[in-house]
Amino acid sequence: MSNLTDLTISETLRKFKAKEISPVEITKAYAENINACNKQYNAYVTTTIEQALEQAKTAEQNYMNGTNRPLEGIALGIKDLFCTKGVRTTACSHILDNFIPPYESTVTQNLLNDGALFLGKLNLDEFAMGGSNETSYFGPVVNPWSKEIKLVAGGSSGGSAAAVAAKMCAAATGTDTGGSIREPAAFCGVTGIKPTYGRCSRYGTIAFASSLDQAGPICKDVTDCALVLNSMAGYDEKDSTSSKIAVPDFASFLGKDIKGLKIGVPMEYRVDGLNPEVADYWDKAAEILKAAGAEVVSISLPHTKYALPTYYVIAPAEASSNLARYDGVRYGHRVEGNGLDELYISSRTDGFGREVKRRILIGTYVLSAGYYDAYYLKAQKVRRLIKNDFDSAFQKCDVILTPTSPIEPFAIGDKKMLENPINMYLNDVFTVSVNLAGLPAMSLPIGLSKNGLPLGMQLIGKAFDEETVFKTAYQLERGANFVRI
Amino acid sequence: MTEYVITTEKGKWEIICGLEIHCQIISQSKIFSGASTEFGDDVNENVSFVDAGMPGMLPTLNKECVHQAVKTGLGLNAVINKYSEFSRKNYFYADLPQGYQITQFQYPIVGEGAIDIDLADGTSKTIRIERMHIEQDAGKSIHDMSPTKSFIDLNRAGVGLMEIVTRPDFRSPDEAGAFLKKLRSILRYLGTCDGNMDEGSMRCDVNVSVRPYGSDELRTRCEMKNVNSVKFVMQAIESEAKRHIDVYENGGTITQETRQFDPATQTTKVMRKKEFAHDYRYFPEPDLPPLILSDEFINKIRNELVELPDAKKARFIKELGLTAYDAAVICENKETADFFEKAAKGHDAKKVANWLMGDFFAMLNEKKLELKDSPVSAENLGSLVELITSNVINGKTAKDVFALMAETGENPEKIVEERGLKQVTDTGAIEKLIDDLLASAADNVAAYRGGKVGLFGWFVGQIMKQSQGKANPQVVNALLKKKLG
Repeated sequence: MSNLTDLTISETLRKFKAKEISPVEITKAYAENINACNKQYNAYVTTTIEQALEQAKTAEQNYMNGTNRPLEGIALGIKDLFCTKGVRTTACSHILDNFIPPYESTVTQNLLNDGALFLGKLNLDEFAMGGSNETSYFGPVVNPWSKEIKLVAGGSSGGSAAAVAAKMCAAATGTDTGGSIREPAAFCGVTGIKPTYGRCSRYGTIAFASSLDQAGPICKDVTDCALVLNSMAGYDEKDSTSSKIAVPDFASFLGKDIKGLKIGVPMEYRVDGLNPEVADYWDKAAEILKAAGAEVVSISLPHTKYALPTYYVIAPAEASSNLARYDGVRYGHRVEGNGLDELYISSRTDGFGREVKRRILIGTYVLSAGYYDAYYLKAQKVRRLIKNDFDSAFQKCDVILTPTSPIEPFAIGDKKMLENPINMYLNDVFTVSVNLAGLPAMSLPIGLSKNGLPLGMQLIGKAFDEETVFKTAYQLERGANFVRI
Repeated sequence: MTEYVITTEKGKWEIICGLEIHCQIISQSKIFSGASTEFGDDVNENVSFVDAGMPGMLPTLNKECVHQAVKTGLGLNAVINKYSEFSRKNYFYADLPQGYQITQFQYPIVGEGAIDIDLADGTSKTIRIERMHIEQDAGKSIHDMSPTKSFIDLNRAGVGLMEIVTRPDFRSPDEAGAFLKKLRSILRYLGTCDGNMDEGSMRCDVNVSVRPYGSDELRTRCEMKNVNSVKFVMQAIESEAKRHIDVYENGGTITQETRQFDPATQTTKVMRKKEFAHDYRYFPEPDLPPLILSDEFINKIRNELVELPDAKKARFIKELGLTAYDAAVICENKETADFFEKAAKGHDAKKVANWLMGDFFAMLNEKKLELKDSPVSAENLGSLVELITSNVINGKTAKDVFALMAETGENPEKIVEERGLKQVTDTGAIEKLIDDLLASAADNVAAYRGGKVGLFGWFVGQIMKQSQGKANPQVVNALLKKKLG
C-alpha cells in the first residue's frame, strides 16, 4: 500500500487510466503519510484531507465516465502563499494567520480545473522571505534527509520540497523569487522548475517581489514537472505581467535528442572555495550531457558578482511596498491602538517576523529620498546588465548548467547562518540572477554528498524556452540516476 | 490685459499661481479593477478585492480610462506620450488599502499643452499645461460618525483620476477662475469628467507665491489642498497672497508647507509643515507593464473628437454672426450650444441667441429647470423667432406666445393660430383705427402738431392697445407719421 506514494504522476495517471488503482486509494495513502510524518517534518500548516477525499471520489467517477482531465485525481500540496478559496492562507505569517481568502489563485484554479486535488497548505518562509524555511511563523520544516541532526529543507518553498520528498503529496506548487523553488528542491533531492517570468499568473499569489515572483512545480521527477507546469501555466487577463505566448506541451520534449545542443558553463560561477563536491558533481553533470551528445562550452556572465546585492535591493524595495497592505485595518492580525498610527505600528510590529521586518526596512531605505538613485536605480541598471550577460551567453549556448546551491543542506538553527543574514543570502548566489533576468531554470538532483545529502544541478534556459530545459534535464536525470528517498 | 497688482502702503506685489486639478474620469468601472464607479451607491458597495487591497490581488488597466485620458489630452491641445509608466506612491492611510497609490510619476500619459482663457476685460491669455497623468483615487475616511472610531468607505477607492498640472501662469484670482471654468467646459464637452467641484469629481490644489511687482524672482510657494469651488479657489489665492505679503512686509519669511483654505473665515491654515512631508518612495509599478499607445489608437480618438468650445465659438461668430460675448456665453456649456444650434437652424441666429439668453434662460431660472427639462423645445424656440422675422407676430405678442409655450409646451404656430394672435398688417384696417383715434383725440393731435413730438409714442400705444397688440408696429409707425404730418 505505502509504495503507492512512490509512484510519479505519470505512472499514477497510467494506472488510473488502466483502472489498476483509484484516486481515493492513492489519496488515502498520501493522507496516511501526512498523518504519520507531518509532525516530524512540519511540511503542512493546514490540511484539507476530507475535501481531498471528496475530490478523489469525483475523480474516480470521471475515470469511470471517461471524462477524466489531465491531472484527474492527482493529490497535490499547495504552498501557503497561493490563495485558496475558503481555505486558510497565511504566507506563514502571524499577520495573516487567520486569513481565509474568498477567492482562488489562478494557478491553483488551473490545477483544480485539470482535476487535481489539494491535500493542504504547505509551510514556507514568512512571505517567502528566507532560504531555509526558518522564518516561518509555524516553525522550520525539517528536511526528510536529516539523520541525527535536523536539517533545513531549504526555502522558501521548504514545505513543498519536503512534502514531495517525504511522499506526503504527489507534487507541490512553489514560488521562486530568488531561488525559492530550486534551492529547497536541491536540498530535498526533488525536482523543481521556475518557469520564465510571465508563464504563470501571479493573480491570487501573495506577492513578495512582483517583478521577480514566479510560480512553478516541485515534483518527484522531470516528467512530472512538465505535466504539472503545463497545467499551472498560461496567460491570465487578471495579471498584466502574464505572457500571451502559447504554452507548449512540455512533456512532448522529454526524451528528445540533445545531440549538438550547446551547454554553457559560466566560468564566473566556478568561484574560489566552491565546495569541491559540488564542483565534482558539476563536472559529472557536464560529462553526462556530453555523453548524450551535447557540446559543453565555456561562457561568461561577468556581472554575476553583482547579482546578490542587486537582488537584495530590488526584492526588499518591492516587498516594502507590497507588504504595506498588511496594516490590521481590513483583515488579518490587528493589535488595537490609540489612533491610526498606533494601530499600524502595533499590528505590524506584532504581526511580522524579524526577517520580514529587516527586508521592509531595507526596502524602505533604498527607495527613500536621497538614496533612491544610489540603490534602487543603480540596482535596476545592474539588473539590465545581468540580463544582457545572459543574452550574450545565449548567443553561444542553448542552455546553461550550474550547481543550484553552493552548499548542502545545513542544520536548523545553524549559528553561522543566523549570526549574519548575509551568510544565508550567499546561498542564493547561483539562483538570483535567473530571477533578475526572468529566465526559466530547473533544479534536479545529481547525487549525494559524502554526508549522504542531496545536491542539485541547475539548468537555465532562454526566456520562454522551457522546452530546451526540459529536454536537457530529462537526459541529465537519466544519466544521474538519482534515487529518491 | 488688466494687471492685478496688490498695493500696500509699503509696496506693490504680484501673484504667481499654478493649479493642480484632480478630475475623476467618467468610466463604467474603476481604473484598475472591474468595480463600478456609480456615485451614491451604498457604502462599500462598489469594492472589488483589488480595491480592498486583498492579498495577491493585482491591478489591470481599464482601457476606457486610457481612452478618456487621451481624449482629454487632445482637448488640452497637449502632447500625447506614446510611452508612459505607472508608479507607486507609498504612504499609509486607512482609506488607501494597498498602502500605495498607483499613479504616473516620471512618464505621464500627457505632456505639455495649453488652454486659452477669456478675461472679463475682453482680452485672452494662454495658460500652459505642464502635464497630465492618470492615477487611482483613494477611499473616504469618515471621522464624524463616532467619537472613538473612524469609518472607511472604499466606493471611491480606485476610481480613475486625471491630474492636470498647469505652469505657474496665473497672475490673478480671476485668471485662475476663468481657467477652471474653461477647463470644466472642455471636460464636459469631451465627456471625460463631469467637473462637479461640489461633489468632488473635480478637486483643485492651489500653489501660490508672491513677488515684488515687476521682479522676476520666484519665492517660496505654499500649497492649498482640495479647494472645492471656483469661487473658493479665487478667494484662497487672494487670501494666501495677502498673507505672504503681510509676512514679507513685516520682515518674516514664508516656509514651504501645505495649507488648507477655510471658506468660512476666508483664511488658510497650516495642514502639514515641510519637515513632516511624506517621503512617497515612488518607484515603477512592477504589476503593470509600461503603457504603449499606437498612433492608430491616438488618431482614432482624435478623429472622434467633438468640436470644442473655442472652435464652436469661432464658428458661431463667423458663420452665424453672433457677437463674441454671446458666442462665449452660449458655448460655455455644450448642451446650451447644441440647443442653440438646433433652435437657430434655418432661422435668424442672432435673434435666436437673444431669445435664448434673455427670455428663455429667465424662464428656466424662474421655473428652476435644467435645460434638458425645458418645456420649450429648441425647434419651437426657432419657430417663434421665425414668426417674428416673417412678421406673423410682433415682438410684444411674441412674449405672450413664449409665456404660453413655457406653460403648455405647445408649438408657437398652434398658439398663434388658435388664439388669433397674428399681427394685423392690413393697412386699411390700421388706417381706420388711426383715423378714429385722431378724430377722438383732437387735443393731442393739436399738441403734437404744435411741437410736442413726444406724444408720438402715446398714439402708437393707443393703436396697439386697440388692435389688442396685433397691429404691425412698423405699419402703425409709418401710417401715423404720414397722418400726423
